[in-house]
Amino acid sequence: MAAADIADRFGPDPVPARAGVGLKPQHAAAVLGGRPDVGFFEVHAENYMGAGGPPHRLLEGVRDRYPLSVHGVGMSIGGPGPLDRAHLARLRTVVDRYRPGLVSEHLAWSSHDGAFLNDLLPVPLTEATLDRVAAHVDEVQDALGRAILVENPSSYLAFAESTIPETEFLGRLAERTGCGLLLDVNNVRVSATNLGYDPVGYLDAFPVAHIGEIHLAGYDEEVEADGGRLLIDAHGSPVRPDVWPLFRHALALAGPVPTLIEWDNAVPDWPVLHAEAQAADAVLAGFVGGPRRAGADRG
Amino acid sequence: MKRRDVNAVLLGSLVTALTAAAVQAPALAAGKEKCYGVSLAGQNDCAAGPGTTCAGTSKVDYQGNAWKLVPKGTCEGMELPGGRKGSLTALERDVPKG
Amino acid sequence: MAEALAGFAAAVVDPGRPVPAGLTARPGADLGRRLAVYRNNVTVGLVDALAAGFPVTGRLVGEEFFRAMAQVFVAWNRPSSPMMFEYGAGFADFIAGFAPAASVPYLADVAALEAARTAAWHAAEGPALAAAVLARRVAGWSGEALLAARVTAHPATRVVASRYPIRSVWAVHQGDDPEPAFGGPWQPETALVTRPAGEVRVRALDPAAGAFAAALLAGASVGEAGAAALDEDEGFEAGTALVMLADAGAIGDMEEARG
Repeated sequence: MAAADIADRFGPDPVPARAGVGLKPQHAAAVLGGRPDVGFFEVHAENYMGAGGPPHRLLEGVRDRYPLSVHGVGMSIGGPGPLDRAHLARLRTVVDRYRPGLVSEHLAWSSHDGAFLNDLLPVPLTEATLDRVAAHVDEVQDALGRAILVENPSSYLAFAESTIPETEFLGRLAERTGCGLLLDVNNVRVSATNLGYDPVGYLDAFPVAHIGEIHLAGYDEEVEADGGRLLIDAHGSPVRPDVWPLFRHALALAGPVPTLIEWDNAVPDWPVLHAEAQAADAVLAGFVGGPRRAGADRG
Repeated sequence: MKRRDVNAVLLGSLVTALTAAAVQAPALAAGKEKCYGVSLAGQNDCAAGPGTTCAGTSKVDYQGNAWKLVPKGTCEGMELPGGRKGSLTALERDVPKG
Repeated sequence: MAEALAGFAAAVVDPGRPVPAGLTARPGADLGRRLAVYRNNVTVGLVDALAAGFPVTGRLVGEEFFRAMAQVFVAWNRPSSPMMFEYGAGFADFIAGFAPAASVPYLADVAALEAARTAAWHAAEGPALAAAVLARRVAGWSGEALLAARVTAHPATRVVASRYPIRSVWAVHQGDDPEPAFGGPWQPETALVTRPAGEVRVRALDPAAGAFAAALLAGASVGEAGAAALDEDEGFEAGTALVMLADAGAIGDMEEARG
């Protein structure tokens, strides 16, 4: 794939293959005043769908200084019904306004009968679902005029009717729609433990050529009645020790990729969050010159 | 007051205040720093409201029974006229269907 | 696919339902506990959103009561859009009718004030007519024209009237003081919420100025709004109130009446 084609599909201001962090209003002064060395910032699209006010002032300030990634949490591309056209129009407004280097959404659904369920719910991985999700991704990409990344979910349950492995499902989705993939390594750890599969085997089967971004986060842990583990994708702690080796394994397969530290609950002071990003940057630095992948290369 | 009197009262006040205001310096806090959502204790200027999350939670509290609780916050210290305080006695009622 | 997801959605929003058929996890997993994770995420996420948007309401009644009350609201009021900052617009009305909160009669109005602040925070940009500019503009108008004039509110302006001192109660809850003292008189306040220079500000108006602001910003003429205010208080001064509104950044524009 030509580099110019990649830049054209993924936007005009690429996100570098470095560590970034989720933008939090409480860090506004540290970020805009201190100008810390951070590869990029990521925001949830829905938080910037208001008409105006201080949120947009903050994001404009950040956008002037850093590459930006926009991460949607509400498009419900895995849902059985049609996409919410009004919401798609709102996403387009955000993307047109801020011209982010990356735009991503989830392989999940969150709306049902007009109600927003405020969680990323699982889909049965079947041919019918693949058709539906591919059509939805096509619709989103047509509306935005650019490619998006689709993220693997964190799972607590799966549908028995599923017939397609998640890695194959995502690979075929990328082939059919031209979308890239967002590999959430913490989600791999969480889902593998909860559903009972090998996370390294999952990464080995992952269509790494389509990876445009990686997410890292911390999980919470419970012990179930039979002594087994239940991991919860809580985004409220440092990246857990058993996720870093999976991150290195993914980079060995995919090469360096823009990597986000997600810390959405119990958000720490800026230096703590920045240190976590620096730790990810140190890992990334060891993989410079690795294999190419979609989305992260400059033209 | 008759309508004519109302208008006269209003105009008297309007002319006085507006005449003074016309020569005032702008009172808006034009020189203040932009507020980006930093809400420090004791500073009332910012109101971000709720944001989205794509994270899960390990909290378990989706089965509370509000109908058997009484407010136990700072309202207990708020004196209403007549010596009443802001807290209350419990009210019983069927739990709504979740 | 649609049937499977419909069954899943129904079980997620109703904890009384059993685990739907056709779900799996690792061997030996407790599927009920797994489903509860999704139930928690949905409900706790929305309760957390309300807690974030209504911090003073929460402090007034305490966390346990607030979260239980919020859960009832959530059960009956699912959000219709993924924009969480809009969720909770109906929370104050819900509280007003929520019997267990009846002994905190000002609670709903404080919640309305907090919702107004969030709405102001996200409202559209727009010009604000400074008091001096307004005054100079109307200097040549006749008395009739001035009384017939109407204003356009700045998009971020909100007015919350109350029989209780909601702005003062709200203001003493801004610090970390576990027992904030409200020392002022227990009198009605109308909260005027504005966003001058990108900051959300809240002023307390007396009932007459509050009536004037509410009527004028809702589209009444200066004369109509002034008459409503004089009904509240014969000593009401319309000029002072109009200048105050402009100083607060509440007014977007003011035009001479036509025709």
